[in-house]
Amino acid sequence: MVSETHRAIQGVWSIESARVIASLARIVRDVGLAEELAQDALLAALEQWPEQGIPDNPAAWLTAAAKHRAINLLRRGKMLERKHAELGYDLDSQNEPERLLARLQAELDDDVGDDLLRLIFTSCHPVLSTEARVALTLRLLGGLSTDEIARAFLVPESTIAQRIVRAKRTLAEKHVPYEVPRGEELEARLASVLEVIYLIFNEGYSATAGQDCMRPALSEEALRLGRVLAGICPQEPEVHGLVALMELNASRAAARVNAAGEPILLLEQDRGRWDQLLISRGLAALAHAEALDQPPGPYLLQGAITACHARARTPDTTDWARIAALYEQLGALLKSPVVELNRAVAVSMSEGPAAGLALVDALLPEPTLRHYHLLPAARAELLEKLGRFAEARTEFERAALMTQNARQRERLQQRARSCGRG
Amino acid sequence: MRFLCIYKPGTTESNTPPTPEEQAKMGKLIGDMAKAGVLLSAEGCLPSVFGSRVRLEPDGNFRVTDGPFPETHELIAGFCLLQVKTKAEAIEWTKRFVALVKDGESEVRQLHDAPAG
Repeated sequence: MVSETHRAIQGVWSIESARVIASLARIVRDVGLAEELAQDALLAALEQWPEQGIPDNPAAWLTAAAKHRAINLLRRGKMLERKHAELGYDLDSQNEPERLLARLQAELDDDVGDDLLRLIFTSCHPVLSTEARVALTLRLLGGLSTDEIARAFLVPESTIAQRIVRAKRTLAEKHVPYEVPRGEELEARLASVLEVIYLIFNEGYSATAGQDCMRPALSEEALRLGRVLAGICPQEPEVHGLVALMELNASRAAARVNAAGEPILLLEQDRGRWDQLLISRGLAALAHAEALDQPPGPYLLQGAITACHARARTPDTTDWARIAALYEQLGALLKSPVVELNRAVAVSMSEGPAAGLALVDALLPEPTLRHYHLLPAARAELLEKLGRFAEARTEFERAALMTQNARQRERLQQRARSCGRG
Repeated sequence: MRFLCIYKPGTTESNTPPTPEEQAKMGKLIGDMAKAGVLLSAEGCLPSVFGSRVRLEPDGNFRVTDGPFPETHELIAGFCLLQVKTKAEAIEWTKRFVALVKDGESEVRQLHDAPAG
């Protein structure tokens, strides 16, 4: 009996915790305090619901319980003490408790979307290090425990615990206003949020065979956060672009590694194992982004590129010309030699190896690509296609020397040997 | 984790459509699941008169039986596909759904996931 209720409470908490923290944070203007109050409410639920039953509106119950706790703390002067002790700055101690009390007692209409938005922007604030933003976001918005976050990032639990404590303290010390940014600031701050979400998503794909199940769960959580954000910011094309990119990347999860856990190149994947539901969700998100009819940003462009692959039933029906054009647009935004290399490969697929080789050769002087094994590897492929086997062999061998990965090195050496007839 | 939540009404197939109020509440729940980022798909089935059952007989022949089907307690009326962190969460969402339809049962089944490694 008790365990059934506990499971129910766990389910409710998964669904409601971010929203409860967000509502409280709007009132108390401090995410650390908001989380503590929410945790207090959870404890109250664990004590009372086994006897009273699960309330009809669990989120409202939890928020109300947290608010009551906050009011009690305020009346006993405890909250003020905490703020003084932790933050070390002078509150306008005449008015602050009164204002806070008034906010707590008001039956304000929740705009859940707005509350969540404030919470997301705050936990991804650029004043925090990227690691801190990631940990805080997974904690406050993902509802992941410190232990779960630690396992996902392969660090000790204490590391994550400290990271979160310091993050909350930094937000308070720097007096980070608890609000949704406006105007020009919004774009920059949104980029910071998207960066955190995409980082978490990619971290989940560093999973290899036998590793903790928390790692793929990271990608799922990032995708979920992206979807939540798309729901509250429907007018932002880059949000939909990132969601498209993640849905489409996730659609290939079953096809991207073989039984031995080794990665399979996209063009060699069994497309029958691509998740068509995620593909249609990704394409829908991309269409949504494009319908907003604004100059495309980097996530939208990357989403559009991966959509070209997703739409191709077989590799030879891939629209390489479109991919090349998209990489050109992306390159104009990011000015990255890696993007230009990808464009060169796409050009070679649509216009032939000679055209691609010309672009690859133009990248040879590029200092940042000097140790990038994919540059000689791409060059080698194109030379081989042009029948210039001796040169291709040299380039494959050069690429093999550059890569750290043993399997990749072996593949490249094998390619070199097969050019040996040159 | 992904869960398929299969709804079986359990009473005689109703040909009366849901009231606007019922539809609004269901729409809100589906919307809530979408806003929470957990809803992958949700669909309702047309009445079983539009359906068929396909079976391979022991003699090697196919038997196709057209609806309607009388054994209503086994009939599927709809499904949703959820992506959530725990089974407990899938069950909580399903409770909210069942509270709206009031009738029948929803079966919650975890799906195979792509191998992690």
